[in-house]
Amino acid sequence: MAIPENKLAFDGGWEYAPAPESTDHVRINKRYGLFINGDFVAPEKGKYFDTINPANEEKLSRVAEASEADVDKAVKAARDAYRGPWSRMKPAERGKYIYRIARIIQERAREFAAIESLDGGKPIRESRDVDIPLAAAHYFYYAGWADKLDYAFPGRKARPMGVAGQIIPWNFPMLMAAWKIAPALACGNTVVLKPAETTPLTALKLAEVIADAGLPPGVVNIVTGAGKTGAAIVEHPDVDKIAFTGSTNVGKIIMRSLAGTNKKYTLELGGKAANIIFADAAIDQAVEGIVNGIFFNQGHVCCAGSRLFVQESVADEVIAKLKDRMETLIVGDPLDKNTDIGAINSRMQLEKIESYLAVGQEEGGTMHQSSCRVPKQGYWCRPTIFTGVSQSNRVVQEEIFGPVLAIQTFRRFDEAITKANNTPYGLSGGVWTDKGAKIFKMTQSVRAGVIWANTFNKFDPTSPFGGYKESGVGREGGLHGLDAYLKLGALS
Amino acid sequence: MALTAVKKVPARLPNLGKVPAVDEVGVNERVSRFQTRSIKTSSKVEALKLILSMIDLTTLEGQDTPGKVRQLCQKAMHLHDALPDLPHVAAVCVYPTMVAIAKEALKGTDIKVASVATAFPSGMSKLSVKLDDTRMAVAAGADEIDMVISRGAFLAGDYRYVFDEIRAVKKACGDAHLKVILETGELGTLDRVRRASVLAMHAGADFIKTSTGKIQPAATMQVTLVMLQAIRDYYQETGRMVGMKPAGGISTSKLAIHYLVMLRETLGNAWMTPEWFRFGASSLANDVLMQLMKQSTGRYQSADYFSKD
Repeated sequence: MAIPENKLAFDGGWEYAPAPESTDHVRINKRYGLFINGDFVAPEKGKYFDTINPANEEKLSRVAEASEADVDKAVKAARDAYRGPWSRMKPAERGKYIYRIARIIQERAREFAAIESLDGGKPIRESRDVDIPLAAAHYFYYAGWADKLDYAFPGRKARPMGVAGQIIPWNFPMLMAAWKIAPALACGNTVVLKPAETTPLTALKLAEVIADAGLPPGVVNIVTGAGKTGAAIVEHPDVDKIAFTGSTNVGKIIMRSLAGTNKKYTLELGGKAANIIFADAAIDQAVEGIVNGIFFNQGHVCCAGSRLFVQESVADEVIAKLKDRMETLIVGDPLDKNTDIGAINSRMQLEKIESYLAVGQEEGGTMHQSSCRVPKQGYWCRPTIFTGVSQSNRVVQEEIFGPVLAIQTFRRFDEAITKANNTPYGLSGGVWTDKGAKIFKMTQSVRAGVIWANTFNKFDPTSPFGGYKESGVGREGGLHGLDAYLKLGALS
Repeated sequence: MALTAVKKVPARLPNLGKVPAVDEVGVNERVSRFQTRSIKTSSKVEALKLILSMIDLTTLEGQDTPGKVRQLCQKAMHLHDALPDLPHVAAVCVYPTMVAIAKEALKGTDIKVASVATAFPSGMSKLSVKLDDTRMAVAAGADEIDMVISRGAFLAGDYRYVFDEIRAVKKACGDAHLKVILETGELGTLDRVRRASVLAMHAGADFIKTSTGKIQPAATMQVTLVMLQAIRDYYQETGRMVGMKPAGGISTSKLAIHYLVMLRETLGNAWMTPEWFRFGASSLANDVLMQLMKQSTGRYQSADYFSKD
């Protein structure tokens, strides 16, 4: 076998045979209504839209489009449930329901994982090992708080806010639903939740779980639709709190619309995280961290490490190793257990990513993609890196939300920090070094909600998550996440 | 094979201060990623056969006798005749006094004879004794020498001593291939495993090997990954390929397949042959045979249907 000198060859030879996750146990209805007041009901205007599998563009189901009238019905149901059983229930009883949701999710984890991958395109390895277990963990965690709220905020009286309108994105549907629903319920609120229009299925399956868990009707209502449905929730006068995760643009629209109202809000928006690798870092593990930071979930991650800063003295080595590692990433069928990178979530998102690939090259960046083959049908993007770019390039400045990494080098510590902070975003960041002192100095000087040291993209229900600047307002997760669903007053 | 494999690289004590740090948490994460790979059907059969061909069938006990070694050689030649088209193992690994016996028993086959040497397993002896030990094994016909490094000297920071010792043994090997055993279970940290790997390769090791099998822990996927990464960096720096042999503690097919996954995704296809990768194991072969029978018949057979030599 002739191999070019000093180059590793990953193509050919022993290959992994297809190892598809079985979908025999998966049950998806042909059509879904809106989950309002404990029942699936038809939308008032009778409109439905398709939800497709982005890996093969085949239709999975038809889903109701909620109009203003439907949203109004859902909010009324939530208000009644709030006044009625939910806010008056003993907190320990509320906790029991949430525990029950957590357990049923665990029992049906395989089905949820498969549907998450079918509807959203993410690899089954991630939906099985990350999305679904972490979603269940959030319900477990907040269930435990339900009867301990007075201890969470000593000296203050914790009261629920009322009806929470929640709008979640398409990148982690089940997990984002958990981030929103679990603390809201634990604090005694009721919920109207809207999943993203491209990934509504697991939220609708969650509605079945909520019904099976026996929650009083109206405590959780799930309405499907696109931007208009979301706007109807945000603008509804009887909603007390808005929780939104999504793009910064939509976040700004929501903020404008909430200005002057009495509604509380938390917004989790975009990001363009700096992942900083110092010369003294454990290089092989740092390369793994780069891969995990930008290629996890096809880069559809608001806290993705999309800006890489490598100290100049190790830059060539890191980039060469990264390119080798990219060759071993398996891109393809999301349901295959060996797939590392699945399908891009939608045609619209693929077009957006591709437009950035063009922009990056037009602006003089050097683009490198892995040489993997991608399927003909469906939406795919090879793992991509840009070198020869600077803070002035759009691929460095703007959130691409795809498997696209912009690499810059730096010489001194201060330079890395200045560039890391030189962005309108501030959601997350990463630092790779063998020196503890450098880690602390870095975490104190980078303005971002989460900073990972010698790791990336680690999540836990006990840890607060949220952004600075255009990355959002408020925190979710941990104790901070309770605060976002409570009115804290004086002890009476 | 790759032309680059035979490249001569002058032996020079490397600057171990330049060896990159290793983060244990990150290594664990990477290893668990290899373990989630799902190897099924045709790729499983291919992997199982490859594993058989990479085995150094080993007996290293004080109670070894010529009879025991001949039995092991018979097993090496006839793994399981009920299954057609099986490869033979790569080598039989014995103590120096048993090399001639093994050589005779394996005559007419391409199965190599490997011998441990250099006051195996502790290495606690003078260099002259270690060199005699090596020469004795080579003179008896050993194709491969598995030496141990002086862990005491390495831990004391006397890298020059360890380096010179490996060079001297390499010279004493003549044409025999040299595998250098780091005994990672005694090195304590992955950082030291990485440094010892670099030292051994620069001193002329043809293979680096994890363990003697006499110390716990023996081979783990973690230390093997760190060593594979050291091999990769050395190859990219010098153009010389170095082989890898995890030894001890790999007794199931499933684990061995995970090692192959790790090998493939770290060093690529050029290393996926017995020339560049070996398993030092005694009980692994039968588990692989059992799995191969299962793949061909659809049923597991009792362990009593596989010869224990």
